Amino acid sequence: MSFSKEQLERYSRHIILKEIGVKGQKRLSEAKVLIIGAGGLGAPAALYLAAAGVGRIGIADADRVDLSNLQRQIIHSTNDLGKEKALSAAESMRAINPETRVEAQVCFVSADNIGALVADYDVILDGTDNCPAKFLINDACVLAKKPFSHAGIIRFRGQLMTYVPGQGPCYRCAFREPPPPDAVPTCSQAGVIGAMAGVIGSLQALEAIKYFTGAGTLLTGALLTYDALTQEFRKIRLPRRESCEVCGTHPTITAPFDYAGAVCEIAP
Amino acid sequence: MKIIVGGKFKDYPEGLRLSALIKQENVETPEYVTVALNDDFAEARTFDEIVLKEGDNVEFLYFMGGGGE
Repeated sequence: MSFSKEQLERYSRHIILKEIGVKGQKRLSEAKVLIIGAGGLGAPAALYLAAAGVGRIGIADADRVDLSNLQRQIIHSTNDLGKEKALSAAESMRAINPETRVEAQVCFVSADNIGALVADYDVILDGTDNCPAKFLINDACVLAKKPFSHAGIIRFRGQLMTYVPGQGPCYRCAFREPPPPDAVPTCSQAGVIGAMAGVIGSLQALEAIKYFTGAGTLLTGALLTYDALTQEFRKIRLPRRESCEVCGTHPTITAPFDYAGAVCEIAP
Repeated sequence: MKIIVGGKFKDYPEGLRLSALIKQENVETPEYVTVALNDDFAEARTFDEIVLKEGDNVEFLYFMGGGGE
């Protein structure tokens, strides 16, 4: 496939980059990304990946747009209140770039559906709002040998890491298992600065773009943390854990599973 | 002795245990913190046994569950 004149213009600022070029842009047009969660992190990631010309983007969320979401979930508008987030997000993505094939999945991920969902895509972005879901995504991606970007935000802080099969640790290597419900604060309890979602979600989009184009190095074997109050980014080296239950030498987790109460944790 | 905590040099007395450092540093939700010590993760059940030494590099990693909602 070669690019039309219009496509060359649309993606000209990418194509001019030596790290991307026509070759990299073509790779993006053939790329398939699944974004789990059309919330704070998923919003900027989905917008930037659609704008970047990613060929196929799945966006999974079963929630509906709530007034308290609009402070940070910039893919939804006031007019979208009450609409399914996956559908509202898909509309915004199509409006930015009609060339991207957007697949709205109105569902929460669970052990029952996650295997089939991730199987269809090359890279997965975790934009969920709770720890059990983050472990589910980690396990499913490790087991399916899919690269994924993990991220979390709270208050004025955020962090992310990238897993690529065979290259460094997974999320479970470091964090082992979810804390009990209500043991660590969530954004609805503790708050989060809206632009934090923009920073970290955009970094997730960048990781996906770098993965497909081969530009630079990824956040494999590292946790990037960001503190907005001090404007400090830190890249913390993360070792692999040989005894990891899912990616270690003798894994005990051989299929994705749901932690009890995970579904109830997601506010309607 | 000098140790590195969260990327910054800190002065602590010799013989400091990891569990004591966690208290001194006012770690948030200490029961659920992940500790990377030099190039390894420290097991939570060993926090009280680990005696830190000059030059040790300690990182506290936290759960950040937010992102969607």
